[in-house]
Amino acid sequence: MTENTLHHDYPQIWKRYTPMETLKRYLGYAAIVFIAVWSVSNLEIPWFYFLDAHVQAADLLERMVPPHWPFWRKIVDPLIETLHIATLGTVFTVFIAFPIAILSARNTTFNRTTWFIGRLILVTSRSVNTVVWGLLFVAIFGPGPVAGIFSVAARSIGFVGKLIAEAIEEIDHGAVEAIEATGASGLKVLLIGVLPQVMPVIMGTIIYRWDINIRESTVLGFVGAGGIGIVLYSSINLFAWHEVSVILLSIFGVVIVSEYLSIKVRSKIT
Amino acid sequence: MFTIEGLSKKYPGGVTALAKIDLQIDGPQVVMIIGSSGAGKSTMIRCINRLIEPTTGSIKLGDIEITTLGKRGLRKVRRRIGMIFQEYNLVDRLTVMENVLSGRLGYVSFWQAYRRKYPPQDIAAAYELLDRVGLTESCDVRADNLSGGQRQRVGIARALMQRPDLLLVDEPTASLDPKTSRQIMRLVVELAKERGTPAIVNIHDVALARTFADRVVGLADGRVAFDGTAAEVTDQVLTDIYGEEDWSTTIKRGDDNDADDDDDNDETFSSKTNRESSAA
Amino acid sequence: MSYPTTWSPPTFFGNRFVRYAVLLAVIGYFVFSYLTLDADWQRILKGIPRAMDIFERMFPPDFSRWKLLARGVLESVQMAFAASFFGMIIAIPVGLCAAGNLVPKPLYYAGRFFLGVSRTFHEIIIAIFFVKIFGFGPLAGVLTLIVASFSFIGKMLAEDIENMRPGKLEAIKATGASFPKLLLYAVQPHILPRYIGVSIYRLDANIRHSTVVGIVGAGGIGQTLAASFSRYDYGFSFAILATIVSLVFLGEFFSNWIRGRLR
Repeated sequence: MTENTLHHDYPQIWKRYTPMETLKRYLGYAAIVFIAVWSVSNLEIPWFYFLDAHVQAADLLERMVPPHWPFWRKIVDPLIETLHIATLGTVFTVFIAFPIAILSARNTTFNRTTWFIGRLILVTSRSVNTVVWGLLFVAIFGPGPVAGIFSVAARSIGFVGKLIAEAIEEIDHGAVEAIEATGASGLKVLLIGVLPQVMPVIMGTIIYRWDINIRESTVLGFVGAGGIGIVLYSSINLFAWHEVSVILLSIFGVVIVSEYLSIKVRSKIT
Repeated sequence: MFTIEGLSKKYPGGVTALAKIDLQIDGPQVVMIIGSSGAGKSTMIRCINRLIEPTTGSIKLGDIEITTLGKRGLRKVRRRIGMIFQEYNLVDRLTVMENVLSGRLGYVSFWQAYRRKYPPQDIAAAYELLDRVGLTESCDVRADNLSGGQRQRVGIARALMQRPDLLLVDEPTASLDPKTSRQIMRLVVELAKERGTPAIVNIHDVALARTFADRVVGLADGRVAFDGTAAEVTDQVLTDIYGEEDWSTTIKRGDDNDADDDDDNDETFSSKTNRESSAA
Repeated sequence: MSYPTTWSPPTFFGNRFVRYAVLLAVIGYFVFSYLTLDADWQRILKGIPRAMDIFERMFPPDFSRWKLLARGVLESVQMAFAASFFGMIIAIPVGLCAAGNLVPKPLYYAGRFFLGVSRTFHEIIIAIFFVKIFGFGPLAGVLTLIVASFSFIGKMLAEDIENMRPGKLEAIKATGASFPKLLLYAVQPHILPRYIGVSIYRLDANIRHSTVVGIVGAGGIGQTLAASFSRYDYGFSFAILATIVSLVFLGEFFSNWIRGRLR
C-alpha cells in the first residue's frame, strides 16, 4: 500500500454546488412539487375507477377484438376524404404561409408594423389547434370537408410560416446584397436572392406538416369537418367496438404509410 | 466621368468612417484604393451604389447625382454599376450560369426572371463571358461546388454582364491564395481595360496594387492621404497611410513579381488570352 | 466566334419527362379530388356572408361570463402542469427503453412500438377512451395529456440518446460502472438540457392541447368553448379564443425566456 505522501494539504471534501446554490436548487424542487400537487388538487379523482380500470380496459379490448373486417367498405371513402382534406389543406397553406413568412422575417419585412402583423398572424394560427379551428369553420361553412380544409390550412400556416421565417432570417445576406447591387427590384431580389436559399427548408417543412395533417384530419370529423372522424365518432357512440377497431387499424395504417413517405422524401431533399 | 465630392459618412454612435472624400475619374482608369482596415475603403465603395447611405456629399456618374435618387432611379443607376465582392456573394444553390445571368436582373422583367427566359443576346454574352473567365465547362455546376478562385470569376462575369459604366471591386482577393489572387487581379484589370470601363478597386495587398494599377489612392482615417501613379507610392507614402513599418521586407519590388507569372502554366484561361500574350 | 443564344436551367427532376409526369400527376390529383370531394362550392359562396355575420357577432368579445372563463382557464392550466409533470417522469423510462444504444433489442422494440402507437392516434381519440373509462371531467384530460407528453418527450429523449457519440458511453462503461451509474454519469448530463427544454416547450403546448380534449368532455377550457359554439354564443367564443391565444403566446414567451436562461 502506497502511503499518502502529500507535500501540501489538499482539501478532502469536494461539493459540486455552493451552499447558496444548493439552497436555490432545493427551493426549486420544492416549488415544482408544490405546483405538481396544486395541479392535481382540483381533480376529483374517483379512486375506485382506478381499481376498476384494468377490468374496464380488458372488457373494452375484448369487444374490439376480433375486428369486424367487412366494415372496411364503409371506411374507404371517408379515408380518401381524409387524405384530400390533409393534402388540399396543406397545399393552400403554402400559398399563404410564404408571403406571411416574408413579412415575419426581420430581413425581408417592410417595417416594424408589418413584422408585428406577420408575427401576430403566425402566433394566432399556432395557438389554436386544428380541431378547435374546426369548430369555427363548421359554424361558418357548415359540416363537411370544406370546413376541414380550412381548419387544416388555418393551423398549418402558423407552423410552416414560422419555420420559413426562421430560415429566411438565416440566409446569407451577402448574396442578397449582390443581387440588390445589380439594380434588381425587391420582388426580383426575393425570387433570385432569397427563394433559392430557403427552398429546401420550404419543401421539407411542407412535407413534414402534411404528415402531421393526416393525423389531424382523421379526427376533424368529431366536430363535423369531414373525413373518417365522422364514422369513428358515430361508431363509438353506438358502442360498435368491433367497427371501431377496424377504423383505428386503418388510421394506424394510413399514418404509418404517410410517415414513411414523408421521411423518404425529406431525406432525398436534404 | 465619375465624381465624388465631399463624401462623408458618420455613424449614429459618433464614429466617422469617411470625412470629406474627393475623387474624380475621367475615362477608363483602374484606380486602386489602399489603406489599413477601418480606413474607410469598404464604406466608400458601398456609398457609391448606396448599399451604405452617405451622410453628406455628392456622387455623380455622368450627369446623374446618385445621392438624391429615389428607389426607381437608384435601381436604374445600380444596373449601370457592376460590383464584385470580397466574399463572392453568389447565390449558392444556383448554377454558375444562373448566377452570371442574374447580372441582367436590372434589365429583365420579373416574369422573364421567374421563367428564366433571358433575351438571346444576353445568353450569348453570358457564354462569351464564361469563356473569357475560363468557366465554360462549369456552366451548370452549382455555385457552392466551386473553389474560391472559380467563384470569384463567376462574380466577375456577373458584374460584367451588366455592361457597366463603372466597376466597383471590393477586395476581390482577400479570401484567395497568393497565386489565385494574381490571376484574379489580372483578369479584372484586363477585362476593365478591354471594355474601357473605369474601375475602383479596394485592395489591401500593396504589391498587387502597384503591379496592376494606373492610379493609386490611399485612404487613412477616412480621408484621401495620397492620389497618384503607382510609381509615386514610396515608403514614406505607405508610412503615412499605414503607419511605421519596414516596407522593404514586407513588400517586394514590383518587377520581381512579374517573373513568376511567365512560369504559370495556366490552362484555365481561354485560348484567346494565350494567343494574345504570345503574339505580343 | 458565335455563342449559343438559348439556355434552359437544370430541373430538379433530372429530365424533362419526369418533370412533366409529375406535373400531370399533380393536376390529375386536383381533378380527382374535386370530383370525389363532397364539396358544395355553392355552400362555400354562401358561407362568406355567413362568415361575415359570425365575425360581426364575435366583435366585441363577450367577457361577461368571465367567471366561467376563468374557471375553465384555471382547469386547463392545472391540467397542463399535471400532465407535464407526470409526463416528464414517465418519459424517462420510456425514452430509455426506446434508445437502441442503451438497452437490449427486445426491450428496444417494445419501447419503440409503445412510443409509435401512442403517437399514431390523435389525442382526441385517446381522450375518448379515457372518458369512457374514467367518466367526463379533467381526470380523463390529464391522463390523455400525460400520454401525449410522455410520447413526445420520450421520443426526443430516445433520439437524443441515440445521437450520443458512442465514446461517451464507452468511457463510463470502461470504468466498470453498473447500469444505473452509467445512466447517471454518461447519459444524464448529455440529455439534461434538451430534456428540460423540450419539457418546458411541452408545458406550453399542453395548454393548447387541453382545449382539444375538452371538446369530448375531458375538461378544461375546451369544454367551455365547444359549449359556447353549440349555443351560437359567438361573442363568448371569441372571448375564449382570444384568452387561449394570449395564454399560449405568454406561455411561449415565458418558455423561450427560460430556455434561453438555461443555456
